[in-house]
Amino acid sequence: MRETFTKGMARNIYYGGSVFFLLVLFGLTFDTVNRLPTTDNRENLTEQVAAGKRIWEINNCIGCHTLLGEGAYFAPELGNVYTRFGESTVAIKAFIKSRPENGIPGRRSMPQFNLTDDELEEIAQFLKYVDGVKTARDWPPNIQG
Amino acid sequence: MKYQSQGIAKLYFIAAIGLFVGQILFGVIMGLQYVMGDFLFPAIPFNVARMVHTNLLIVWLLFGFMGSAYFLVPEESERELYAPWLAKLMFWVFLLAGALTILGYLLVPYAKLAELTMNDLLPTMGREFLEQPTITKIGIVIVALAFLFNIGMTILTGRKTVITLVLLTGLTGLAVFFLFSFYNPDNIVLDKYFWWFVVHLWVEGVWELIMASMLAYVLIKVTGVDREVIEKWLYIIIAMALISGLIGTGHHFFWIGTPDYWQWLGSVFSALEPIPFFMMTLFAFNVVNKRRRDHPNKAAVLWALGTAVMAFLGAGVWGFLHTLSPVNYYTHGTQVTAAHGHMAFYGAYVMVVLTMISYAMPIIRGRVAANQRAQVLEMWSFWLMTVSMVFITLFLTGAGILQVYLQRYSDSPEPFMVVQEKLEIFYWLREGAGLIFLVGLILYCYSFFAKGDDVIVNENVAVPG
Repeated sequence: MRETFTKGMARNIYYGGSVFFLLVLFGLTFDTVNRLPTTDNRENLTEQVAAGKRIWEINNCIGCHTLLGEGAYFAPELGNVYTRFGESTVAIKAFIKSRPENGIPGRRSMPQFNLTDDELEEIAQFLKYVDGVKTARDWPPNIQG
Repeated sequence: MKYQSQGIAKLYFIAAIGLFVGQILFGVIMGLQYVMGDFLFPAIPFNVARMVHTNLLIVWLLFGFMGSAYFLVPEESERELYAPWLAKLMFWVFLLAGALTILGYLLVPYAKLAELTMNDLLPTMGREFLEQPTITKIGIVIVALAFLFNIGMTILTGRKTVITLVLLTGLTGLAVFFLFSFYNPDNIVLDKYFWWFVVHLWVEGVWELIMASMLAYVLIKVTGVDREVIEKWLYIIIAMALISGLIGTGHHFFWIGTPDYWQWLGSVFSALEPIPFFMMTLFAFNVVNKRRRDHPNKAAVLWALGTAVMAFLGAGVWGFLHTLSPVNYYTHGTQVTAAHGHMAFYGAYVMVVLTMISYAMPIIRGRVAANQRAQVLEMWSFWLMTVSMVFITLFLTGAGILQVYLQRYSDSPEPFMVVQEKLEIFYWLREGAGLIFLVGLILYCYSFFAKGDDVIVNENVAVPG
């Protein structure tokens, strides 16, 4: 690098630039959080949905699936599974309930989590709620996720 | 070794390498599960193997960062570590917490682990990369604070250099942003938004500070180039990392229900994210070309140059490949993401830790550099691991492009599982490359024990030209 560009200038760019953009990030975060009520489907965030999120978490569903594209890429996207399953929580529950204990020979299979009927309803309601989040361009691109 | 307490780094490095081996073993298991879906089912289902794979990665990199800090900070600060006993104690605390957590993943169902660790009191489990029980997370915070205190007191009461101050900033950021892992709202959009404050602001933010300072330290040592020159580079690299990376977080806010302005903010700023990595490559080659000495540790120089190149390819090029919103619309959450993740983590963070280990370990063991044969073996392991990682990335990219076409782009999109079967050949090839990576890693471990002729120490010889 040229001699005219001193270490002091480099240091000032570092301090100035990082503090400035950190503040911008905070500002945008504040704005984003304020705008979320129009997209995040909070009107349908019931206690049952919250309980469903816990079921989702403590069974590590994200370890195989993606949810709005984030997670593991071993199993299908679930952010739109409610739509894909014909807007039926019954179908979602039936699928989770029917997973064989010892898997399917030679194929990927979802574990049998032995959820109670209440827990099944909660996880299904949670997935329905996530499906209701308004994502940009209505992501994912199509029903296959 | 100038200061006795630098030797503590050895413990951390040994643990890091051991856990690295575990990480790769589980990687190979998962790779096989991609093509043989019932492999080890239901004993070790994919989600468990993945959790072990990613968590071991994070834990061993943290061991690597801490070990590196314990090695370089006393030397830079020109004093012994503030509290060597604390560094040793925290090593065992962290190792025990890490081991118990991994055993918990493997031995009991995850829901049972959540119950045993009373996740209900403060639910933080079950989010990608943050799967650790809450009690483990609290342990991580305690270890991080003790570590920061120790390193901070050493730096602040000793000679302050740009390298140690940047390192301290990066490590403080690491600890501060980890606190967001305790925030887990029921609202999925809020949850995802702030989850990225840990994940993105770590790997595309403060970790880059840690990486750049470690690289700068090794380059000063092996090239003898003037500190002023290196520090100027360091400042400008980390300035670009944060200027691009902070708002670059926006590339994760495209499809999770956040406002539309993130589409262009995320695209523009994350398109700048390759710049600091490109500068790191320029920096490393520039400095090595202008070296004032030929350091006998050729392996360390190779790792340093390698990390600069691979970080640029993995984080920079493969990141840019799918970071623009119109592209990401199709590639988000596919094997393209997996391809990028693998090469970026290896190129930036794995390799920089291995660079530090390569430089520091011989010195801790009482010589300037490892013997000739050990260095040759280490360089073989460098090429085996690096080339196989390039191929893992290429195969996953191939899988990803085909997946995007079949599942999202074609006129008649096919279901996820149908598409996965059509990608099988790529997954088999990836598994093959993964096995070669494992061979490289075994060779790497062996290189520490290889006997051979001592290197000829030919220090302070001016390089012609």
